[in-house]
Parts: sequence; C-alpha cells; structure tokens
Amino acid sequence: MSKDIRIKKGLDIKLVGDAEQITTELSLGSLFAIKPSDFHGVIPKILAKEGTEVKAGQALFYSKSDERILFSSPVSGKITEIVRGARRKVLAFKITADAQQEYKDFGKKDIDAMSSEEVKTHLLASGCWPFVKQRPYDVIANPNQTPKSIFVSAYASAPLATDYDYALKGKEAELQAALTALTKLTEGKVHVSVAKDSMLSPFKEMKGVDLHNVSGPHPVGNVSTQIAQISPINKGEVVWVVTPQDLVVIGELLLTGKFNAKRTIALAGSKFSKPQYVTALAGANIAELVKGNLEADNARVISGNVLSGAQVGEEGYLGYYENMVTAIPEGNDYELFGWNKPVFNKVSTSRAFTFSWLNPKKKYDLNTNTNGEHRAFVVTGSYEEVFPLDIFPMQLLKACKYQDLDEMEGLGAYEIAPEDFAITEFICVSKQPHQKIIREGLDLMREELG
Amino acid sequence: MGLKQNLHNLKEKYKGTKMAPAFNAIHTFLYLPNETTHGGTHIKAADDLKRTMNIVIMSLVPCLIFGMFNAGYQHNAAVNGFTEGMSFFSGDFWNMSNFLIGLFKILPLVIVSYVVGLAVEIIFAIIKGHEVEEGYLVTGMLVPLIVPIDLPLWMLTVAVVFGVVIGKEVFGGTGMNILNPALTIRAFLFFAYPTWMSGDKVWVEGARELAGTADAISGETVLGTLAQSQPVTHSVSDMFFGFIPGSVGETSTLLILLAGLFLIFTKIGSWRIMLSAVIGALVMGFIFNQVVGLGWIGETSKFYGLMSLDFWKHLLIGGFAFGAIYMATDPVSASQTNKGKWIYGFFIGFISIMIRVFNPAYPEGVMLAILLMNVFAPTIDHYVVQGNVKRRLKRAKVKTA
Repeated sequence: MSKDIRIKKGLDIKLVGDAEQITTELSLGSLFAIKPSDFHGVIPKILAKEGTEVKAGQALFYSKSDERILFSSPVSGKITEIVRGARRKVLAFKITADAQQEYKDFGKKDIDAMSSEEVKTHLLASGCWPFVKQRPYDVIANPNQTPKSIFVSAYASAPLATDYDYALKGKEAELQAALTALTKLTEGKVHVSVAKDSMLSPFKEMKGVDLHNVSGPHPVGNVSTQIAQISPINKGEVVWVVTPQDLVVIGELLLTGKFNAKRTIALAGSKFSKPQYVTALAGANIAELVKGNLEADNARVISGNVLSGAQVGEEGYLGYYENMVTAIPEGNDYELFGWNKPVFNKVSTSRAFTFSWLNPKKKYDLNTNTNGEHRAFVVTGSYEEVFPLDIFPMQLLKACKYQDLDEMEGLGAYEIAPEDFAITEFICVSKQPHQKIIREGLDLMREELG
Repeated sequence: MGLKQNLHNLKEKYKGTKMAPAFNAIHTFLYLPNETTHGGTHIKAADDLKRTMNIVIMSLVPCLIFGMFNAGYQHNAAVNGFTEGMSFFSGDFWNMSNFLIGLFKILPLVIVSYVVGLAVEIIFAIIKGHEVEEGYLVTGMLVPLIVPIDLPLWMLTVAVVFGVVIGKEVFGGTGMNILNPALTIRAFLFFAYPTWMSGDKVWVEGARELAGTADAISGETVLGTLAQSQPVTHSVSDMFFGFIPGSVGETSTLLILLAGLFLIFTKIGSWRIMLSAVIGALVMGFIFNQVVGLGWIGETSKFYGLMSLDFWKHLLIGGFAFGAIYMATDPVSASQTNKGKWIYGFFIGFISIMIRVFNPAYPEGVMLAILLMNVFAPTIDHYVVQGNVKRRLKRAKVKTA
C-alpha cells in the first residue's frame, strides 16, 4: 500500500559535484574519533578510559540522563586519547584501529520471536539506540516512552545528497530485519517514504510498513516534512525517526550479532576531483577518506550536506550519523559592488537582478560567502515560499529568540528539527542563523518542559 | 596593492573600535564582504538586504526623474498659463528648461535627506556599536518624493532627524520600527509646518513667492480642487501620466504602476498588499458613489466633490498609488503574514479614501491611513497567527478524544 505525498513549497539547490555512482572500497584506515557532540543533548559518562583496548561495538560512554543508552566504538582498537575542552568537557574519543578487526558478539536474534521489550533492550545494550531519534526536540529517543509511530525517510533531497537507492543496494535483508524490529517498538505504524520517481528503492519490497511516495522540491526528503503530511505531531505525542543507513547497522546487528557501522558514503561537491561513493565507518578520519581526491586549497570540507552538515576540515572526522562528505570552495574574498550588480553564478529565490530563476536546471558552484552581512529581520513572506509545513517560520524563529515557551509550543515547535529551517536560512536576506536559533529554542523547551 | 587590499587592511586595523561601523558602511558599499558562513548552512542565497533595498531605489529613479521634469513643467505652465493635452512624448514636457528647474529644486532635497538621515544612522551605529543597516537607503529616497517641492531644507532636516530618531532608532533601528519611517517624517512635517504641506501655494515651484503679486499663480492639486467641489481642469490622461501638481514623485500613476510591477516581479514588494489596497480603495470609492447616487448627499454638501468622483479615479490622484506601492508594502511596518497582508492592504485602501473625503483640513488620507494600519499590523498578525495555533490545538483534541 503506498500513498502519494506531493509538496509545492521548497527549493532545490542544484550544485555541481554530484557523486558518481561508483563505490571505492577504502581500506579501514587507522585513526577514528567519536565526538559526543554528535549526539545532541547527551552528557557523556566515560566507560572506556584512555589506553583501553576496545572491540567494535563495545561501549565508550553512556548518557548521564539514562545509563542504558550506550555509545559504541565503531572499530576495534586502542583508545589513544580522550580529548577534553573547557571545564573538562569530553570532546572526542580518539581510537587507533587494529589491523584485524574484532567485533563484540551480541548474538544472532530471531526477530519475529522478539518482544518489544527484548528489541529495546537489545538495541540499548548494543549501542544501536542512539540511531533512534525522536521528535519533539530532535534528540536521541527516550527509551521510557512509546512513540505514536516511527518514520524513515528513504529520500535525501538536500543538495548533492546521497542517493539511498544506490547506497543501500544489496542491503534488503538488513533493512527488512531492522524494520520488522522497529514495528515492535510502536503501537502505531512504521512509515517509510521513498522518492516517487525511484525505481530501485529497496524499500519498495519491504513488508510490515506503510510506504509513501513523496515528490516535490527540498525539503520534501526531510522527515519532518513527511511527518507533517502523514501524521502531524501534537502536544504530548512522540514519534521516532531512524535514517536508512542506520537501519542497515541495526539490521546487521540483529542478523549477525555484529555492530558494524560501515556505510557507503558520498563524496560530493566541486572541490572533489572525482566525486563518488566510498565505504567508511562512522568516526573515520576525513583525510584518509578523501586522500588523492580533494583539491585542498581553499576548500571547506563538511561532514554532512551543505545545508546542515558540520565543518570538519581535512583533519576532522566523519560524524556518527553522516553518510556524506561535501567539499565546496571557501568564499573568503571581496567582490566589487557584489551587492548591486547582476548575479548569474549564485542561487536566489528573488528576482532582484539574480537570474537563477531563468535557468532552473543549471548547476551552480556556490561557495561559502555569506553574500551580505547579518541584519535584523526585515523582509517578510519569503520564508513561507520555501517552507512546506503549516507553521509560521518567522514567528516561530522570533518566539525562539525571545524565549516565549507558550508561543513556541503553540506555533508548532514540537514538529520541527533544526534542519527544517536550513532552506529558510539559505534564502534569508538578513543572514540570520535559523538553525542555531531553532536548536537553542528546542533545547530551552526540552529543559523547561521536558 | 590594490584598493581591495588597502580597505581590507584598514578594516582589520579598526576592527572592534568605535569607528568600525562607519568604516564598514563605506567598505561594504564598495565590496561585498569576505565573510564566510560559520555553522548553519554553508552556502547562502545571492541577495542581501543591500540588494533588496537597492531594487526599491532603482524602481524609484523614474519617479524622481519624472518629478524633476514635472516640477519645471508645472512652474512654466502656471506662469504662462496651462497648455492642455500634454502627452507622454511631448517635447514641451521633456525639455531642458523644465528639467533644470526641477533638478535645482529637487536635488537639494535628495541630498539633504540622505546626508542628514545617514549621519543620524551612523551616529547611532557608532554609539550602539552595531553595523549601519540599510533601512535608510530607501527611506532617504522616498522622503524627497513625498514632500512639496518648495519645502525649505531646514524643515526637511528637522523632520528627518525626528523621523529617524523617534520613528526608528528609539525602537532599535532597522527592522524594529513600528511606523513607516518615511511617513513618520512626512507626518512630522505635516503637523509641524502645515502651511508648507498643504493648500494651493506649495505644490508648484515659486507659487508662494508670487502670492499676492500680479503674477500670482494657483497650483491647486486635483484633490484640493475636488475638496472645494470645484470643476477639475486636468484630464484623466494627465492624472494617469502625472502632468499635474503634487508632491515631487507622486504624480505619475503610470510610472508608479510600472515600478509596482517591477517590484512584484523581483519579489521585493508584496503584491498582496498592493492589490488589496487597490481593492479597498475601489470599494470605499464605490460606496461613496452609491451614497451620492442615492441622493443622500446633495451638491451643496462639502463632501460632494470628492464623493461624486468616479470611484476608480481615486487611484489616479493624490498620493494613493505611491502610498500603496511604496509605503504600505514596507515589510517592517506592514503585516508580516500573508493573510494579514490582505487585510492590512484592504484597510489601507478603504481608510485612505474615507479620510480623503472626510478630512476637513487636508484632502488626502493615504499617509494617515498607512500610519494607522502600521499600528494595527501587529494586531492583525496576532489574530492570523492565533488561527494557526488554534488549528493545531484542535487537531490535538481530535486525536486524543
């Protein structure tokens, strides 16, 4: 059974440097880092001290709020350093990988026979729980709650995003196993959304889930957009969200007993000489991933996509949840009369002597220049054109800024994640940091309202 | 080392000092800054606030140039008697003599408006340590276009200082103001120096000096004539093209209309507000026409002249078109929600014509209608937003029931 969802509002930003559908099997690499900051809102409590030998799947730390939530090492090796920042905050666990990988054995499971509680305990014990995120607040799911339903978006619509149809090829068994397990965790349904024009999506054959065909511009692939269309979140409700690549890890754990965070990731963007797919583990060293492929001069290397990824640089590490690395040129140069001359090489939703509307199929090589300075909110009505949810984006942003919890609640803050405001942030004439404002607003709500 | 490098070095040198905002204002005028994104999206769309404001200024330039020609034409026509049937292609209009009279009267207004206004902005930026925001770029161009040509420059100076400080900076600067700054400036002039802002001696260059002499000329606006229930001497085409006395840039409905279409096309101006303001004005004008048609208002009534004017002609005279296109659509002081914009615009049009007809002292209502609706815009938005909130609450109840 599949249903069609079509949205009209949004914006597809077409960039040069789409990853070619070739996968290079990279060797494992030697350096890894797991950053607790990848897990928003988690205060880490260390389990594995410096110098410990860990196996892949062995827990490195747990969450202070719930000691059942474990965070596992993706590799076996030795913890060479625990990097700390101000006030001894844990910034990263650095692991030097063994040449021969050893996996902690969690045991094969008969998924059909597992109870809801068994699935939950198993995911928690194996360090797979962090892959389950929740709305509201866009944080790791609280295992004490039962979600209204679980959503999986198998369509990444962000610029240059990983093509899931390609990256998940051959993973049908793992996906089915994980989805079957997930159906036990909710009283409602597991909803999976795939691109309408997708021919090859492995999800089309999955059993026990509600399949939705989505189409339209970005952010149609954002799971919040799909939730809003399928079954919007109301006050007091919780929904869970898992990404397809994480499903594969969960599925492999259930089928083989191994925690294997290996995934096919896209190297995309104009600064790669050969944009393509590679295999990598979560926490992998970026330099090892991009070796020989990156034009390093004046490039920005991002773990994730250009809209909501994190700037990591060549010396950084792949984020725990990420399935792509993007490299685009830095825009740290002045442009004479850049604010008033006609613009042909940049994207804009307005037609203020910006001509991207003339050529909607053209691909652009955008750089990181802000194209203007930070200003107060002045222009109105432009966010609404690209924001597909039934929410007033500017009013919600302002409510977050002046920290009015009632208003945030009323305006739909439970339904959103920071990434939903990436496209409004992109087009913002006043260059306001929308995602940051929303993140801080959600954090405040979580702190005050729980 | 080029200019780019020199300016960059200066910027680094003065970073964090009091003078940095003033320097940056000049620097960013020449060069798009070299700032890159930090956190959030790594790429940004092409337009910034400067570009947005610049589009509005560009759309005002034809009105400004037409205003210069028209100022000279009105002067010459008044001194030498009216030549009827002016056309948009007429050499009698587009000649150097007309232009120079206008240029020498209007250029000082523009210069004073910008110099004074930007000076106030820069002083505030330095005191408060924020950047010079672009709001005044448009305001500075709007102000000279909405005042009578003979306005003394010192009055303009006082008004601009008042408008920028009280109308904008006290609220926190660009983006924070409640009232439209350009109209605040005009309203200040209107209430502080009424004899320079209305009547039949201010709209034509030199009319005031010649008053009482043998050469005295009358420069009544169409609205003024109608308010006294006098027959109008200007043709409809004159009103549409703009060959009539009035504020500097407000007379040509055609050019304002074209500018409006340009602003809609570039997505800088809100078509919702423009369209609904026109609808509101037409509705009110139509109601007045019906009142006259039913015989409730006799020809002896002082309201007869304006009430009996064909309802669509209200769009062509006075400052209505200019107000609807440029003033009502100011995004900061207007309603911010799309539904709110419809309501806001409609009432501007509706109340404009109502005030225009009933105001005993001053036969124009656009300015006051927009300022009034500026005050109500947050209330309109509040109810529109509450509609969304209620819808969400209702959804929750349905589900849990």
